[in-house]
Amino acid sequence: MNAALTPFEQRSAARVVAPARPRKLAKVPFVELADGRLQGVVSSGSDIERVYVSSLSAADHTFHCSTNNNRPCGGIRLSGCNHLRALADEAVLQYGIDRVARYLRADLPEGASTGWDVLVAVKAGHAVTPGAPVFARFLRHLAYLELSASTEPVTEMHWFPAGGAVR
Amino acid sequence: MRFDLLATAPEGVDAAYEVVAGFDGALVPGLLRPGAEQITALHALAAAVAGTPLSGRAAEAVEKTVAGSISDEHLAALVAARSALLGACHDELLSRLDDASGHTRPGWSGAAAAATGGENLLAAARSWLSELAVAGWRGLDHDLVSHADQLIQALLSDPVLRRLGLLLDGFAGELRACAPGATMPRVPVRRWADLWSRAVLLAQPGALAPTPGGTVSGRLLPLGVDLQEHPTAVQAQVHAVLETADGARLVRASVSAPKVDTLVGPGTWQLLRGHCSLLAAVTEQRAMDLTDMPVTAGGDLLWSNSHAAMGAPADAFATARVQLATAAAPAVAPLERHPVRIAEPVLIEGYTAAATDDGVTLALAGLELAVDIDRLHNAGPLTPELVAASTACLGLLRWDGRWSIQPIAVEAPVKRKTAAVHAGAWAGGATDAAGAKVEAAAADAVKVLRERAGRLLRR
Repeated sequence: MNAALTPFEQRSAARVVAPARPRKLAKVPFVELADGRLQGVVSSGSDIERVYVSSLSAADHTFHCSTNNNRPCGGIRLSGCNHLRALADEAVLQYGIDRVARYLRADLPEGASTGWDVLVAVKAGHAVTPGAPVFARFLRHLAYLELSASTEPVTEMHWFPAGGAVR
Repeated sequence: MRFDLLATAPEGVDAAYEVVAGFDGALVPGLLRPGAEQITALHALAAAVAGTPLSGRAAEAVEKTVAGSISDEHLAALVAARSALLGACHDELLSRLDDASGHTRPGWSGAAAAATGGENLLAAARSWLSELAVAGWRGLDHDLVSHADQLIQALLSDPVLRRLGLLLDGFAGELRACAPGATMPRVPVRRWADLWSRAVLLAQPGALAPTPGGTVSGRLLPLGVDLQEHPTAVQAQVHAVLETADGARLVRASVSAPKVDTLVGPGTWQLLRGHCSLLAAVTEQRAMDLTDMPVTAGGDLLWSNSHAAMGAPADAFATARVQLATAAAPAVAPLERHPVRIAEPVLIEGYTAAATDDGVTLALAGLELAVDIDRLHNAGPLTPELVAASTACLGLLRWDGRWSIQPIAVEAPVKRKTAAVHAGAWAGGATDAAGAKVEAAAADAVKVLRERAGRLLRR
């Protein structure tokens, strides 16, 4: 037996998803590719108590943006709003543009590099969708840091090696 | 160490994996209406455990699955059969490894503990896992994945059930990223069958009961750190030699914490180090003196800072050279037996390192050992380049279809002098300016999220 590579399909510790890249969280504390959407939360620039919930559907490329109190964003234009644009830009930082484009089924032109390029490529159109489920995902995300550490061994973590050549 | 003993496939392992592969393949289209190929694979699984106490249950489960009336109980029986096969592979592989390294390892003698409660959540977990098995990986969609959201949150906030929560969260994260399953280019067949089966196993009443154990005292000499991470959890496992009155033994100490996906690699140590003073000892290359530290029968220290005091300087390579060959290895708890958990510390020297397109290999007398590049992370200064230039390697031997080594420290030429470089060097605190900068950025991220939580979460 030599060092021949075991195929992806036959490996217990195969890497399925590349780890997210760290980014500054002050403006966009939460972004994810989940539930068939690019979705997340953008902090308001003027009111520290307010956040905007923005999302863009992968299936029909419609978007919506509203406050956490469900008031529609006042800045909605063709192809999005400033919040959605910030969200898309941060998603590209966090996941890389290829993964964002693949998830949203976007055909990117040569040289596309930002979230805005993705929004233009999919010709995002406006359609009202509920923001509450996305906001709930954000609260769930925040709750992770409220849970305590433990020194009980978790054997299952052997299936999840850290890193993976992202240097 | 007789590496030549690892050069040939251990007896029966290939055959067992073939049966497991058949079952795993059946989970791709799902178990609702198994086709001819899946039916053959299911029968092969039942036949493989025909001579064991699982025989009757496995045969019945296969019969019901083929007839299209599958229940949680039948899935549990199929998972038990699959786990028994992989458990036997684990035993065979580990015994081969022990033969090669000269370790003796006692059998398991711990008694089974009582069930732990949380019945409703465990039943909910089993029910979601059944839904998954019925749909198959190709039938995966966003709704099916999000059905587990509340369940996972509840499991994570219960300390006894946390392990199942951590597993399901990592698993569901992958399913979410890959849904819909119908259009996935490649399915991680073995991996998802492993994670699904492991979850079914842990969701059985009593599976999460604490492992029996006692306490130990003595001088603890760290070898290195294995870091494990998925988007919402991180665990550091320190491998070490413990010198007790009865001789030296191999032990591990673990510390884990839930996290968010934007906290990665070097940013995760800050979540762990306050709970385990051993991480500082690793960075400072010191021993620790333990007094009545709780330990499981499987050799896992249940770390508590109040039972440990910082000791004298201790070099990991010196520890490995003097103690590793003779230290006693721990028994393995029955439910833990799966090849993925094999992570035996070894010291290798006198090899020829080579970097190729596929990674790095270390050629020893009688065996070409692949370096497990996927387990090298950026949370420390140890890089594949250093491994390729190294003259001595302290690592964990692993098996994932073949033997490989996960380096946890190497001796390599750094600025024309041979120096030891440890994967866990930053565990107790960054040791250079670049590391300190990454830590500061990660601390900032945590601060932002805590501020947001303070304003939005407790309403």
